[in-house]
Formats: sequence, structure tokens, C-alpha cells
Amino acid sequence: MSEGSKARYSFGGDDHLFVELDKEMSLTANFKAMAITTVLEQAKIPGLIDICPANASYQVRFDPLEVPPTDLLVELQRIEGEVGDATGFDLDTTIVEVPVLYNDPWTNETLLRFRSHHQDPDATDLEYAARINGFDSVDSFIEAHSGAPWFTSMVGFVAGLPFLFQMVPRDKQLQVPKYLRPRTDTPKQTIGYGGCFTAIYSVRGAGGYQMFGITPGPIYDPTQQHPDFEEFMVFFKPGTIAKFEPIDRALYDAYSAQVEAKEFRFKQRPVKFSLGEFQADPDAYNAALLEVLHGS
Amino acid sequence: MGVRVVKPGMATTVQDLGRPGYYRVGIPPSGALDQYSSLAANLLVGNDDAAAVLECTYLGPQIHFEAPAVAAVTGADLPPLLNGQARPTWESFAVAEGDVLSFDYLEGGARAYIAVSGGFEVPRVLGSRSTYTLGQMGGVEGRVLAEGDWIDVGDTAGATPGRVVPESLRTAHPKHREIRVMMGLFDHRLTRSGRRTFLGTEWRLTPVADRTGFRYQGAELEFEERDPPFGAGSDPSNIVDAPYPIGSIQVPGGIEPIVLHRDAVSGGGYVMVATVIGADMDLVGQSAPNNTIRFAEVDLETALEARRDRSRRIEQLRTAVAS
Repeated sequence: MSEGSKARYSFGGDDHLFVELDKEMSLTANFKAMAITTVLEQAKIPGLIDICPANASYQVRFDPLEVPPTDLLVELQRIEGEVGDATGFDLDTTIVEVPVLYNDPWTNETLLRFRSHHQDPDATDLEYAARINGFDSVDSFIEAHSGAPWFTSMVGFVAGLPFLFQMVPRDKQLQVPKYLRPRTDTPKQTIGYGGCFTAIYSVRGAGGYQMFGITPGPIYDPTQQHPDFEEFMVFFKPGTIAKFEPIDRALYDAYSAQVEAKEFRFKQRPVKFSLGEFQADPDAYNAALLEVLHGS
Repeated sequence: MGVRVVKPGMATTVQDLGRPGYYRVGIPPSGALDQYSSLAANLLVGNDDAAAVLECTYLGPQIHFEAPAVAAVTGADLPPLLNGQARPTWESFAVAEGDVLSFDYLEGGARAYIAVSGGFEVPRVLGSRSTYTLGQMGGVEGRVLAEGDWIDVGDTAGATPGRVVPESLRTAHPKHREIRVMMGLFDHRLTRSGRRTFLGTEWRLTPVADRTGFRYQGAELEFEERDPPFGAGSDPSNIVDAPYPIGSIQVPGGIEPIVLHRDAVSGGGYVMVATVIGADMDLVGQSAPNNTIRFAEVDLETALEARRDRSRRIEQLRTAVAS
């Protein structure tokens, strides 16, 4: 374990090892989880079944009759020491543009059905989020949400649902509590918000995140019929960088027609992400990322 | 060859050994909740371990056979009827073309497993035939069975009726159980009294019990006060969203612990305070609403010994059914 490590190792039964890298959410903690799990994937340790990077933690599932749990613990601590603060680690990933119809009719219809579950029954989710984050209008809140890019810090809850953390300093982070009581319904591809995370609902279902808008693009396709899903049924991977692009209803309908015809593709580009370079100058780094996305 | 679903029963799904390796993108392992019983069903009809079975919850389906086969029912005490005539559980029996398999009322446990010689042959998704309904994947169109469904069955050669699992190797279904757990994960967030309450309470299973998780009632757990870390949320039971181990026990708001099972939500923002040991997950899968449990704390060594015991029991099962 590295000097001053905040990591906490705990067995989840006899076949999981859970590692909390930090109690708090930060890009640093998340990137460390990405780096450690990437090294762990490459190590190909026999008996490892699942390696799951998460926001500020990670978890492995293993067969304890194949790999002794205490040996595995020692190995994970060794890798943590090797990775250190992860500033020397580059992640090969992609940056993707996610078109969003903010303030859309479908999530608005849904949120009206669940007003009794909300902190502020007289406002919409967007109005509430804008107010408690000190914005003078919903438009300026949307500008902040769709301005700087987001880092996929975890994929899960249900199949293919990404949690995204905005690539801005702590004082610029948007924070919104979850609903007081979860809803029993959320439209598919809703752009949700809870705590400091954006989530994109991969399937229709229950949910407790505030609802800001909807994307026309599918992000989970178990039957793999859409062009972005030829290789795998899940679009977002841990580490995928996303930029939300506000669109109007006409463009939403045009993209939806492409989805219907199974021709829609997200605009995406391969990119290398370095935490050290990002931290040195976040604004310049984000601007360079967007150039990669918008370049030819 | 195949079967036609006349009546689907309650939440009947196709399951096998599961779909490991995709939890990092939120796809849980799935597979039969009671792996021991589903293995026994496959062994009785001469199938490979990996053959798919039907998992029936509380209420059995009605199935029409379009060709002869050998079938077996294990797991819960859900008495099989062939053309209305009683058939034993934990014992393989012959089925003729045109026969209808149905069930009497549940007498114990929660999940029965139907195996037929050749196995149920739905398409494999990511290497498994298991149904994961939240992700609309696997099984029959990613959902529970519906009236009129057709399911292909593989080649039935080599199966023999009359194979039996001896009484000593069958799963019993008491209404109260001890479930062994290892404390850990975020158990440091409980106060001393919260921890005592968790381990001392007799917990009753609510009707909110499915392949995702089992929710219990019985007491309220006390958490340590704290300043919420950035991103965790304000409730004392909130954490920065983290992975959930299969079998982990989360306690939203300090009330109603939930044991996650093989269709688990893969992560979220609630403290987990313990995890059911691997050897006892089958028993959780056999709990029915109103059954009661107590969580018994064990250490890693004991959990591993229990796992080895379970492996030995499976070897005995293989030997007993083969003879």
C-alpha cells in the first residue's frame, strides 16, 4: 500500500473483495480505480471472475477455491502501491457527443406524476436543480450541465447504465439530492441527476434521480440491432468521456427517425486521457478534448 | 422436439449456471438462485451441468410435451402432476408425447426446478441461456414465460427414469433458518447497538422478494453520525455509489435489510453491512415471504470451510444419482 493511502479493503463474503479508495467522490479516486483495474485485467490472475471499477472504489469477484482470498488481498495491495496516484497512467478511451432534448415532454409528463415524491412539488426537476445550485435560470443551469465534458466513472445499477462525473473543479460541481422517495417509472434514455452524478437510464424503470431531459440515442441494445452495437450490447464503458449537446425538438425527431431506421450513430472519436495533464489545466484540456470530438 | 407453455405459473424463467464476467457493465451473473437444486435436476435426467432448467417461483407452470422425454423436479416442495397423477420430487420420471406436466400447491421452500432430458434450448446470450428480465436478456425474449411460449428441447438420448436423490441429499425447507454472513464492507458505519440489532433480530421476509433481492423486516439499525463525504448524499445510510457484491446486505434508511441475489443491481448508494457466504446463497433463494431468518456471523475461514463442505456434498450427489 502506498504511503498515506486512504484505501480500505473488505471481503464481501468469501468470494468478493471490495476496495474503497476514498470516502469522497473525486476524479482522482475514480482514475485510480480505473488504473488499478486495468493493471488487474492485464495480470490475468486465475480464479478472478469479475473486475468492477466504480466511482471511488472497485470490487473483484473470485473463486476462493482457485485463488486464496488472503493471497489476492496482498496482490491487490501490491498493485495499489505500483499504481500510486495514477498520474503516470494514460487511458485509451473515446469521447462521444450525446444529443439531449432538455426539458422534454416525456420526462416532464413523468415528473408530474410523481410530484408527491419530490422535495419541491411546485417546481420541475430542472427548476429545482437550477435554484438550489444558485443559477438564475434553467437555461443557465443547462449551459453548465452541457458545457464541460463528463467522465464515465461507473457503469451499473442495471445493464449499461453509466454514472458520469463532470470534469470540473469541486467548486463548479453541480449537486442535487435524489427524490425523497423513488419513482416507479422513468422513461428509457432519461438524463438523470443524483448527488454529483449524471446517469443515463439505459432501460425504462424505477429510479430516484432528478430528470433533466432525454437522449434519442439508444445506449443499451441487448439484441444488437443498432449500428453502434455490432460488437457489444452496452455503449458506455468505464472511462468513456461524454459531452452533452442540447438539441431542439426538430433535431430530436430527426435523430429518432434515424434510430427507427436503425441508422443512428453517436458521434465519437478515440482519445487518450491523462489525469496529470487534465489537472494541470482543466479548461485547456477540456477544450482540446472537444477539438478531438469536433475535428474531422 | 420441444414443450408448449399452457400456463406460465408465477415468474417462471429459463436459467442455467449463469453469465459471469459482465458485472463491470451492470450485467449480473443471473442463473438459478438455488444452484444445488438445479444441478440435482440436471443430474437426474442425465444432462450436463450447464443445461438450462425452468425456475418456478411459488406457483408451478403447466407444460405440454410434444415428444417423449425424461423429467425431474427438485428444489421447493412443489408436487408435480403428470396428466393429473402425482409424481415424486427429486426423482426422474418418464413423460410421453402429449403429456401435460402441472403442479399442486407449494408445501415448502420458494423455487422449484424442472429439468428435461436434453435441456431447454433457448439461444445463448453472452455464453448463457439464463433470463435477466431487468436487462431484457436471455431466456425466452428476456422475460418470464407467457402462455403459448414454445421452448425447444435438446436431444434426449441416454436419459433414464427412476433415478433418485437420496433423502439425506435433498434440501429441507424449514420456516426459520440461520443464514451465515461475514460482516464487513460498511459495517463500521453501524453503532455498537446497530450491529447488535442486525445480528440479534429475527428478520421476516416481506413479499418484496425476487431474483434481484430479498427484503426483510424486523428492526431499525442505528448508524454513527457523520459529516457526509462529497458525493455521498445526506442520509446516514448513503455512500458514494459503489459496487454491490452478490449476497451483500444493504440497509436503506436503516430499515428493511435487502439481500441481493443473482440478478442483483450491480451498484448503488446504500451502505452494505454484511454479505451472505457463498455456501448459503442457495438457501436464501428458497426463502418464501413470512419465513424468518437470523444472520449468524462467521469468519472467512468458516465461510471457506462451508464452501468446501458444499463441494463435497455436490460430489456425493453426483455419485448417488449415477448409481
